[in-house]
Amino acid sequence: MQVIQFKFDNERPIYLQLVEQLRVAIVSGAYAAGSRLPSVRELAVMAKVNPNTMQKALTELESDRLIFTERTNGKFVTNDQRLLDKIKTELASDLVQKYTSDMAKIGITYADSIKYLKQLGGQ
Amino acid sequence: MALLECKHLCKSFDRRVVLNDVNLKIDKGKIIGLLGKNGAGKSTLIKLVNDLLTIDSGQILFKGKPIGVKSKAHISYLPERTYLDKTMTIKQAFKMFSEFYADFDLERAHTLLADLDLTEDMKIAKMSKGMQEKLQLILVMSRDADLYILDEPLGGVDPATRDHILDTILSNFKEGSSVIISTHLISDVERILDDVIFIDKGQIVLTGSADKLRAKHKASINDIFRSMFYAKKTH
Repeated sequence: MQVIQFKFDNERPIYLQLVEQLRVAIVSGAYAAGSRLPSVRELAVMAKVNPNTMQKALTELESDRLIFTERTNGKFVTNDQRLLDKIKTELASDLVQKYTSDMAKIGITYADSIKYLKQLGGQ
Repeated sequence: MALLECKHLCKSFDRRVVLNDVNLKIDKGKIIGLLGKNGAGKSTLIKLVNDLLTIDSGQILFKGKPIGVKSKAHISYLPERTYLDKTMTIKQAFKMFSEFYADFDLERAHTLLADLDLTEDMKIAKMSKGMQEKLQLILVMSRDADLYILDEPLGGVDPATRDHILDTILSNFKEGSSVIISTHLISDVERILDDVIFIDKGQIVLTGSADKLRAKHKASINDIFRSMFYAKKTH
């Protein structure tokens, strides 16, 4: 079973944080396209959260079609590569916006922030 | 029908009012935090539900029927202070629970015990306080109960033991049963709670879904609790 490290901040709803972290685990391939997810109970114990909260997070991922349920077999990651790419792009876009707006806060223009990224990124 | 319901529950000791018109509903399949400062009335409420104290007025219903001998067979209770005879060995404690409770799952108890690196012939008195707390929890969680009531399960144990206790609760919490965890150590347990009940000066002052409260107040349950009951935020 692929073990994911979950981290939480008690000031935000736990199920939302589970949705976010499971989404990352899926687009990063930690839970690969088409693969079976651990059971709700296994995931809950792994994250040290209530199984009901985990179920709620999985229901949300299912309504986004990132995962699907096979009646007797459990829950699987979608095989829809276009959907996975789309979500990855959305996550990347959030990160870029955060980066550029944080850089703007310390007085670095957009053009310069790209230079910084090229020079210092990956260090 | 609620799994457990308290209606207009009142309890006084001498003339001191400990519980004042407590109304509660606990549904099945939930982990609920009963949160309050020391002396708020948590343990009294729990003892009433376990039929260890008599009700002054009001009613407690378990699956729609007044509590009594029958409800005890389906409620697994971890008291705040141990009632185990410390001269017993673990094996003897298991035997006692098997004889007392028809729903005691000896196999589960052995599996849980194996995680602790303890042997059955060990005397309880020879174990550390943390180990004793863990053993007590194993006994309580090895029952196939409908309701588990844990009174301060994290009191006086180190952080590693706390984690272990929370893991044991989570991995043995089965579908359809409910767990009430009474504690004043909120930040340690809040992540595993579905719902919270705040109790203060013998009254229920707030109930609700933990995640909804976090979203509404943009704060942890611990911080919401502190801002309600302590003038200044302390850490």
